[in-house]
Amino acid sequence: MTTQLLSALIKKEFQLEFRQKSTLAGILVYIVATVFISSLCFNGKVDKITWNALFWVIFAFIAVNVSGKSFMQETKGKGLYNYLYYSPRNFILSKIIYNMLLMVVLSFLTFFFYSWFVYNKVDDMGMFLLSLFFSSTAFSGVLSLMSAIASKANNNISLMAILSFPVLMPLLLVSVKLSKHAIDGLAWSVSYKYLLILIMLNFVVVALATLLFNYLWKD
Amino acid sequence: MIRWWKIASVLIILYTLVWGMLAPVPRLNILYETIRNLFYHVPIWFAMLFMMGYSVVFAIKHLSKNDLQSDIISDQAAQTGLFFALPGLLTGCMWAKFTWGTWWTFQDPKLNGVAIAVLIYLAYFILRSSIDDEQKRARIAAVYNIFAFVMMVVFIMILPRLTDSLHPGNGGNPAFGKYDLNSNMRMVFYPAVVGWILLSLWILDVKKRLAILTYKKNEA
Repeated sequence: MTTQLLSALIKKEFQLEFRQKSTLAGILVYIVATVFISSLCFNGKVDKITWNALFWVIFAFIAVNVSGKSFMQETKGKGLYNYLYYSPRNFILSKIIYNMLLMVVLSFLTFFFYSWFVYNKVDDMGMFLLSLFFSSTAFSGVLSLMSAIASKANNNISLMAILSFPVLMPLLLVSVKLSKHAIDGLAWSVSYKYLLILIMLNFVVVALATLLFNYLWKD
Repeated sequence: MIRWWKIASVLIILYTLVWGMLAPVPRLNILYETIRNLFYHVPIWFAMLFMMGYSVVFAIKHLSKNDLQSDIISDQAAQTGLFFALPGLLTGCMWAKFTWGTWWTFQDPKLNGVAIAVLIYLAYFILRSSIDDEQKRARIAAVYNIFAFVMMVVFIMILPRLTDSLHPGNGGNPAFGKYDLNSNMRMVFYPAVVGWILLSLWILDVKKRLAILTYKKNEA
């Protein structure tokens, strides 16, 4: 029953997103434009560390833009409706899962454009994509909760950035480290512990978000 | 209303300040006399972490009991913790200047962790100030507090153990803990930890009482 409700909620999120195609298209243009600007600025001369750092900065800003708006459309009336019909756990989980799916797709797209325009420096592609996947999911988890918090505090977009960036920093550093290893093509025995930390952080973030959303939910 | 532990905190800190300078310490490469910073820098960080933990405990208490008093205490404890970050940073920077040759380095996960912790609590106060309704503010701030604290613990406790750090005790650098077995340093270090934590509790006590009185006055 709960899984049915959950999948219905996730479906609703997708339908809402695709009904308003302009938002999604806006994000795509945002990604391409950002990557293109950085390719122009670097003029094709980037070393590995800069390549990696720039990629993750772009990634972080895209994530904040994408997942950060997940509660922005929730008006007061809608909130009341949701409160009556869904459990908070299902509600936040649907948001998180939807954001995770969206962010994974978008981050892979970003990587595609980034390696096309700025060129690809990655040696161990499997490890890099894994790190990208789990970073996307963890980022979405954190940002969904932060968006819920910011939406309760008068929907302030700059507040969203202020709240999320310090909290995202541990995640970002692990991702940067892991992907640096992937770029250098280090052995998996060196980098597996970072991957484990990233996966563990995913669980921690989702568990905390579902637990804490109970208290944000009531108004 | 001076209680015994307040007097004790002053006496202990006085003792560690003075005896920290005089106590015989092992002479280690690079560290030399700067090892005495163990008596000042580390206990202040412990006091800060203690206050942050205190803040989270009361945030959890607020969420479970829904009383505003816990929220006030949680807020005040976070403020006190942030206050302790300042001397912690200063002593750390001074120490870094004389051993690493630089005031600040971005290579060290622990230093980054502290910078993040300060940012997190600044964000916490900004969040608090952006919500007007008391009940709502208390609840949302508590949620952020708990979430941010967990991420901070991950940052400070777990990440430095994974990566190489310049910090004593990481990445093959001489650690305080390994060499103070002669118990001379422990005689100063452990009391210093207790003393600074007691001092932080005292500051919190005063701030808390003031905040609660102000709240009651505004209510009336």
